[in-house]
Amino acid sequence: MEELNKDQAGMSETNKPQDPDPRIACEGCSVLLDVNDGDRLVFARLSGGAVLKIANKNYSLKPLIGAPFGSLFQVESGEEGCFLSRILPVKQENISNNLIDDSRDNRELVDNNEAQNLTGEEIEAMRREGAKGDEIIEALIANSKTFDKKFQLSQEKYKLKKQKKYAPKLLLRRPFARSICEAYFKKYPARIGFLRVDALSLLLTMANVIAYSDVLVVDMVGGLVTGAAAERLGGTGYVCNTYKGSSPYSVEMVRMFNFSENVIERIVQSSINELSSAKTASPEENNQQGGVSNAETNINETTSTSDIMVEETSVTTEASVVDIVAPENKIIKAPKAGAKASKEAIEMWREHGFSSLIMAAQDQDPWSLAKDVLPLLSYSAPFAIYHQYLQPLATCMHNLQQGKMAINLQITEPWLREYQVLPSRSHPHMQMSAFGGYVLSGIRISTT
Amino acid sequence: MLPTESKKALSFKRYIEVGDLVIVYERHDVMKPVKVSKDGVLQNRFGVYKHADWIGKPLGTKVFSNKGKFVYLLAPTPELWTLVLSHRTQILYIADISFVVMYLEVVPGCVVLESGTGSGSLSTSLARAVAPTGHVYSFDFHEQRAISAREDFEKTGISSLVTVEVRDIQGQGFPEKLSGLADSVFLDLPQPWLAVPSAAKMLKQDGVLCSFSPCIEQVQRTCEVLRSEFIEIRTFEVLLRTYEVKEVKMETSSMVDESHEDNGGMPPCKRKHKDDTISQDKSCNATSVVMARPCSEARGHTGYLTFARLQCLA
Repeated sequence: MEELNKDQAGMSETNKPQDPDPRIACEGCSVLLDVNDGDRLVFARLSGGAVLKIANKNYSLKPLIGAPFGSLFQVESGEEGCFLSRILPVKQENISNNLIDDSRDNRELVDNNEAQNLTGEEIEAMRREGAKGDEIIEALIANSKTFDKKFQLSQEKYKLKKQKKYAPKLLLRRPFARSICEAYFKKYPARIGFLRVDALSLLLTMANVIAYSDVLVVDMVGGLVTGAAAERLGGTGYVCNTYKGSSPYSVEMVRMFNFSENVIERIVQSSINELSSAKTASPEENNQQGGVSNAETNINETTSTSDIMVEETSVTTEASVVDIVAPENKIIKAPKAGAKASKEAIEMWREHGFSSLIMAAQDQDPWSLAKDVLPLLSYSAPFAIYHQYLQPLATCMHNLQQGKMAINLQITEPWLREYQVLPSRSHPHMQMSAFGGYVLSGIRISTT
Repeated sequence: MLPTESKKALSFKRYIEVGDLVIVYERHDVMKPVKVSKDGVLQNRFGVYKHADWIGKPLGTKVFSNKGKFVYLLAPTPELWTLVLSHRTQILYIADISFVVMYLEVVPGCVVLESGTGSGSLSTSLARAVAPTGHVYSFDFHEQRAISAREDFEKTGISSLVTVEVRDIQGQGFPEKLSGLADSVFLDLPQPWLAVPSAAKMLKQDGVLCSFSPCIEQVQRTCEVLRSEFIEIRTFEVLLRTYEVKEVKMETSSMVDESHEDNGGMPPCKRKHKDDTISQDKSCNATSVVMARPCSEARGHTGYLTFARLQCLA
């Protein structure tokens, strides 16, 4: 047990006092808002002026500032209109989940829309008088002709449905690669190349992403893979984003992670040409190249900012869905990731090679990229290549085998099924994601 | 295996030295961990390999036996280790491991508790994720198993990141001194519901718990207990489908002739055996295509993974 104490002491020493607590949602940080148990996921940057629209009403996000991640909020109405208010759940002792032997069934339910006595106007009037969501639900149940006839599960479902409508809950979540991937997969799967969270986790594992490693990344999924790799490095090593041609791919999504400055510094970019030692450019040429791509980075950044704008507008047109809440002023803007890799770093990689590779290049042929990128790895370095189509990966694997460039080659497809677990009512979810992408993994070897 | 300072990162450590742990790779299903020593020899069905020949060579290269047959020497990774470690218990495999590490939100600097230690397959990946500043506290009630796990972590060089203790977590709970310090807790126990209240005490607010159980009845009971202090309770099953890739000669001819019968029973072959004779007959009609199909056999079930997040009460 001695060891435990020693380690703990070591831990607290490394915590620098000036670092804000990562478990508290502070002003300017990126947060994930989960409305009604995952029904809606919204990213926001916290500021006094940020608002979130729930059921046609705007709510200021101000009450969220300073709250610990994991806090639960409920909408309430007061004299100054609607606002979000933190709810502290009472510790529930032994919720009885024992299913009473229930013989009720749905034989007496008729779908004629006359089950509810309360009218929309009456409910609205209750709200104006400041009735809490829970009180409205009570009233709805009292005025339902069919509620008592429903069997227990149905009653629970009914309550849940009404709670979501009249007393929506908002969970303040800390963005991690996991939640960011899930949110995008749910809402905009095409933007991340249908990369499901289990496939993303496989990429990080199979590429052995670990502190102090130099991870080479080809990220055409908006920065998700870059961010996920940087998250695992924790401000050590490097994530180097490489690209064909002259302009790097956007890594906008990195902003969603609440990375500290020292993590952001470790996310760099450099073109395949610059990294390839085969093309030994003179220092001047190198400088020039650097200048060019710097300029293009800027262009890229501006275009991606406008992408965000598109996102906001397109999002608001979607039914009840809302928006990414933009920062109010410049001060609280997250730092930009993806600076140009230093000459020293590039030199080092040319000499020693990268320690692993992840490719997630949606619109590129994996083989034509891999044959250029793989030689940049050191021998024995593992790699993982993602693609949403099987065929190009099969061809890539075959060519790597034929060229004896890699061993331990394997194409895998993860399969993820979620379950409903309730007493006597456990079963897989009725709806599931049937596809999360393919991963080709292997280990680079020396051909001699 | 896990560098705790930048000098030790894989890309800087390319030449094999005495004392290194290397993975000897024969085939994707035949691998062996070997500690390199000055006078060491490795013997397998391909002959005798002298360690002395390996020293100074870069990792990821071929080495030859006295009979001229070669194997590859690889740097150990948690994934390769999972394939070669001695199974003292049923172990977790790559799909579950990857998903658990990501879903538990384990990042560098985290403190993770785990019970039981078992063969240390997951511990190694957890250690990778918390490195360089975090720590994994692993508990197993089986003394001999704990000792073997410690020896393994010493061998793989991760003992500074993992502490193994003998303790019956179901009976005694986690040690008090870790209260409120854990970012995540992982349970792989026969009756995980018994350990849930203690796990809740160990976790920081908003910390994540995962319980791995092969049977749905275990999941059921665990979920019932979780509901009092945890939110976002979700149960998953993760499996992997692997694919076979082959180059196959496909007939593109639409002719229906008698020769069809001759090759009807021919299995698709990667290398040219009898294909040659066929392609001579209809060279203009056969094209070579790389194709993929799922492997016929797969692991059908490992366990259910239940995740839950500790409610924020303050």
